Amino acid sequence: MKIHLPNSAFLGNIDSFIKSYDPSNGTILEITANKKWISVHPVILTMIAGLAKLKKIKEIKCETLEAKSKYYFERMGLFKFLNLDSGITIQEHESAGRFIPITNIKTSEELNNFIKDMIPLLHLNPEEAEPFRYIVSELVRNVLEHSLSERGAFVCAQYYKKSNIIRIGIVDIGVGVKRTIGKSHSVNSDMQALQLACTPGITGTTSREGGTDYNAGGGLFFIKSIAKVNRDFFMIYSGEAMYKLLKRNANTKRIRLSSDPFLDRHSKGENYPYWQGTVVGIDISLDSNQLFSTLLDLIRETYTKSVRIRKKAKYKKPKFI
Amino acid sequence: MEIKIFKFTGFFAEDKDAAQEIRINKIIPALKKGEKVILNFQKVDSATQSFVHALISDVLRKFGGEILDRLLFKNCNLTIQKIVTIVTEYMQES
Repeated sequence: MKIHLPNSAFLGNIDSFIKSYDPSNGTILEITANKKWISVHPVILTMIAGLAKLKKIKEIKCETLEAKSKYYFERMGLFKFLNLDSGITIQEHESAGRFIPITNIKTSEELNNFIKDMIPLLHLNPEEAEPFRYIVSELVRNVLEHSLSERGAFVCAQYYKKSNIIRIGIVDIGVGVKRTIGKSHSVNSDMQALQLACTPGITGTTSREGGTDYNAGGGLFFIKSIAKVNRDFFMIYSGEAMYKLLKRNANTKRIRLSSDPFLDRHSKGENYPYWQGTVVGIDISLDSNQLFSTLLDLIRETYTKSVRIRKKAKYKKPKFI
Repeated sequence: MEIKIFKFTGFFAEDKDAAQEIRINKIIPALKKGEKVILNFQKVDSATQSFVHALISDVLRKFGGEILDRLLFKNCNLTIQKIVTIVTEYMQES
């Protein structure tokens, strides 16, 4: 297994990073890196942390980081997850206002504590915190409930002052979206599974409209909607497929949410190196944050409408003879 | 019966296990006895759709939309009101 930390990899240009990941030879994880400068989205750190915790990994090799930005990886806790001594010495600063290092969450209780701790760490005001904690809660719960991974969720976030954006990565090394959704729906490909997973009202726990008493199938749709309204990137990668919500046109006056993620402005691909589990990356721009309650009005309209349309499609048609 | 949600969830109501516990052990037994149930969201500043779904979706499925005459929501801020509305509408459509 080989992974290369490039000069730059954020959600806008993450495709080439993912394509360069080599999942073959599954017992050794080899990490190489750009020699001059490495600047990457937190989701990449969580991916590496996740790979390092795969049961089949017997050995981890990481070349000595030479890039000037190497201190960042030590501060984010990457080497702790790799169980390697980086040889990098840093002065520990108070982390408040800047980042949440890679964190492994395995239980509901750990998630509750993480949510309480993360807001002060990022110094967010209540309006800014609302979509952020919503997203983290829904995504991590998805992992805990559906991934069937003993390793839980790997979470990492970073606030970027210049762009006023929080970037979040949440990763698991579980069964992946296709197997989860496939329990209750007919799924032919990883990409179709991603499409269904982002459709409101579709859950892997039942094929019944309205979900079960515990799962509604609305989590990923809500998160994609938050990203769309705020003109942020959202990326989900599982198996061999990746779906990426692109930023909508800034001049669009009326925002319309789509129940089908393929109707949103997006890119997608089905020939990526196989990822065992699910990777989600999202950016939250704090500048363009629509009021959360305004966003809920848009979601309400689409969420209920999509059930109505699906139900109508199942109505028995009269036979005119 | 009045149930103070904050006691189970704190400021952010997202713990679905807590929601399920409230529903199974408190809401449904009280409704079965013919009581009125008030879900008091005082001090709760936000909730996830998943939490509210786990809290009330099965109630709506078992008792139908009419139960909303006996299942009441108190001290909900605008966000929570909207999330509750999304879930109740969704369950009545499905």
